[in-house]
Amino acid sequence: MKGSPLAQGVGHRAGRASLTRPLCGHPLPEGEGSDAASNRSFLVLPGPTPMLYAQILLNGLLLGGLYACIAVGFSLVWGVLNVINILHGSFVVLGSYIAYFAHVHWGLHPFLSIFLSGGVLFVVGYAVQRGVINRVIAAPVLTTLVLTFGLDLIVNNGMLLAFTADYRTVRLEHPLGSQIIGGLVVPLDRLAAMGLAVALTVLLFFTLARSKIGRAIVAVRMDAQAAALMGVDVPRIYAVTFGIGALMAGAAGSLLSLVFPISPLNGTEFLGIAFVVCVLGGLGSISGAIVGGFALGAIQSFGALWIGPEHGLTIAFALLLLLLVVKPTGIMGRKGYE
Amino acid sequence: MSTLQLTGVTRRFGGLTAVDDVTMTIEPGEIVGLIGPNGAGKTTIVNLVTGVFKPSTGTIRFDGRRIDGRKPHQISRLGVARTYQVVQPFPDMTVLENVMAPATFAARAPGVQAARTAAMECLEFVGLAPSQGLLASELTLAGRKRLELAKSLAMHPKVLLLDEVNAGLNPAEIDTALELIRAISARGVTIVIIEHLMKVVLSLCSRILVLHHGALIAEGSPQAITRDERVIRAYLGDRYADRTTAAGGANGHG
Amino acid sequence: MIRLVLGVAVVGGAAAVPLVADNYLLRLGTMLAMYAVLAQSWNIIGGYAGYPSFATAAFFGLGAYAGALLQGAGAPMPLAWAFACVVAAAFAALLGSAILHLKGHYFAIASLVVAEVLLEITTSWTSLTGGGMGLNLPILRIPVDAQARLFYWSMLALAVASFVMAWLVARGRIGFALRCIKQNEDAAAMVGIDTTFTKVVAFVLSALFVGGAGAMYASWVFYIEPPDVYAVLTSVKPIVMTLLGGAGTLFGPIIGAVLFLIMEETVWRTFLSVHAAVLGLIIVALIFFLPHGVLGLVKRRRPAAPTAGHGSAGQEPANRGGGA
Repeated sequence: MKGSPLAQGVGHRAGRASLTRPLCGHPLPEGEGSDAASNRSFLVLPGPTPMLYAQILLNGLLLGGLYACIAVGFSLVWGVLNVINILHGSFVVLGSYIAYFAHVHWGLHPFLSIFLSGGVLFVVGYAVQRGVINRVIAAPVLTTLVLTFGLDLIVNNGMLLAFTADYRTVRLEHPLGSQIIGGLVVPLDRLAAMGLAVALTVLLFFTLARSKIGRAIVAVRMDAQAAALMGVDVPRIYAVTFGIGALMAGAAGSLLSLVFPISPLNGTEFLGIAFVVCVLGGLGSISGAIVGGFALGAIQSFGALWIGPEHGLTIAFALLLLLLVVKPTGIMGRKGYE
Repeated sequence: MSTLQLTGVTRRFGGLTAVDDVTMTIEPGEIVGLIGPNGAGKTTIVNLVTGVFKPSTGTIRFDGRRIDGRKPHQISRLGVARTYQVVQPFPDMTVLENVMAPATFAARAPGVQAARTAAMECLEFVGLAPSQGLLASELTLAGRKRLELAKSLAMHPKVLLLDEVNAGLNPAEIDTALELIRAISARGVTIVIIEHLMKVVLSLCSRILVLHHGALIAEGSPQAITRDERVIRAYLGDRYADRTTAAGGANGHG
Repeated sequence: MIRLVLGVAVVGGAAAVPLVADNYLLRLGTMLAMYAVLAQSWNIIGGYAGYPSFATAAFFGLGAYAGALLQGAGAPMPLAWAFACVVAAAFAALLGSAILHLKGHYFAIASLVVAEVLLEITTSWTSLTGGGMGLNLPILRIPVDAQARLFYWSMLALAVASFVMAWLVARGRIGFALRCIKQNEDAAAMVGIDTTFTKVVAFVLSALFVGGAGAMYASWVFYIEPPDVYAVLTSVKPIVMTLLGGAGTLFGPIIGAVLFLIMEETVWRTFLSVHAAVLGLIIVALIFFLPHGVLGLVKRRRPAAPTAGHGSAGQEPANRGGGA
């Protein structure tokens, strides 16, 4: 039987097939009942409409901080290396797996494993850039796109073999539960994860603004040739930048392990989120990534309410298309890393 | 009828006014120099005339027709050609193909052979015929400047805007370029030349327009311009101008 | 003249394959023809114009659904295929006018996202498309062997059509204009090329037969579902094929499609669980070791004749473009 010829040779088809499988549609199973603020339960919350909107906005913002953290590394790499790193989504997933196994085997809380996942992914990112991507850094856009796509196929296939496509979740022994604050259900673990994500993003901002290596990265972004003339080792800066991009992805992955089920199939979704946040906020600015992240989180939450939870990312994509057509520099305009 | 006529043309970029209420006319067959210090708005005027930018206000006419608001390819097909300050060849095409492009699209050559013939003629005219088979990226800077000239000639222009064609050339190369420009003019092409080198402007142009901070501050024959106090001030600063005028005027040679 | 005879001989030979081949080989042949259509089409926007389009899956899926719906409404198959071509081309015209002002990564992302949005719309519009359940097409009431031949010949005809289209583009004004745009878009406008219009035309041409291929594919497999026909890999595979053979050349996409299919059939069948990784490795190897494709190996750095192109070397080379 010929079946479906096109799909043959399509590895993890379910994962590749769609970037739009809604993550916000299936949050963590609410086993303990403590996570009362998951998306589905707030939809049936009684009460006046303004409260409902406030709750949805809050849920969106809780997501948005994580989105900012996912996107900021992607944005940094795009801005400095002029490379769209298709691997980014898989880096995030890899970070989640590190958090998962660190939690299962060593009981390490995902908030703490950000150092582990970030560190591991920094090394991975540095090596991938030095060993592979740097060889085509000056090639046309299509080359680096296709190359990182190929690398992503390898990494993702590797994760599928190693971890299978099954969804895994990190179940904390002592979840913080939720608190009702001003009539709003605030899931404290998520709030903490969002806070950490934003803190990491801000930390990156100050690293770029203050540290020596950060200044070098900014200089390379402005003008790689001039930076080289001033004694900056540009290939090394490229590799460090790529490493930092992967580090942020890995740390975001750790934090996300508290919020989303973990599977290699999620990689494309995280990549899609990074795309949208970057275009929303404007390429290459950290403040843009934060604004874009929160904007996307809010848009998805309200989109889930008005159009249906399964359309969250589609709405974002449609918005992205519209924005690209109308104002490719993003809502924040184009800015540097300053 | 004037070949080019700019009336009250202003172009702003955000808060910056790059070209400020410029009114000027270029008559058929002239060689006009457009000079001014860096950032005076010369290249912006070229970009306005060729349709890269639209004027914020004001009108531009070519042979009596409004051309402001038209797209670059439309304007080039009317017969307005330009060269770029930074040369813009098609790097991976041969020299001949580079020149066949404007012959095909701007001059609307009826077929490949016609485009080839026209392109070869232009290459011979600028002296690049022996290099026709080289890739454009293989030419020297002087060669690429001549390629730019050949490309603009292949458009059968009525007016040719030369944006610093001589920048980066050595004296011998400049002399060759000057002869070429005169020869182009002799074919009846109106020429507007943007130049830093006073020597070039003074020896070529019948009339000179001076831009400063986006505005036209002087206009006249080369002799008159070199004695114009505003021009000297614009170029050399007030103190120098005061001294020279006090000394009874000198040749305000840049 | 010789080349015309050669071309007719090749096409005739390919058309005669069903006389000797079994159904498995015919299936491969049909796939090959389909791949050739996709790669040849992508080459026009991606290879000649240099715009990194990931929109192939969008055109393919749109064509598949357009054809399937029309067939479902009772239209004859060929009409459905033609309709799919028109739908894909019209969509490309609209989309192209909207996103072709974008450059580089922005264009790539926009074109990539389009397929995702279409996928989602198709999945949600259950009343029309059957949604995630997919769509069944009318079964052909002819023997299996006859079906295999029919789809092989149809897809082959489409491949020949797309080759002829690419050939016309490559040797025509539009191909020349696209090469200018690829190398320097501003300068292209300045030498009199209507860049916007030319790019939109190229985008439409790169969609036309892809839509048809999608519809033929739908008729061939009798059943389509959104993730199948809008798969990201449908956008990526033609790019890999074209790069494999040689982008911006007339024969590159075909050579790439042949090589790609051979690899797909030999390597991936044997290593089912890692075929995505193998494809990834092929991509990495391709970019490192064959950056200009197979044709880049055999072609000299540039043609001996003053104009690039496929003019016969003996006489005056009488064309301006192509660079076959």
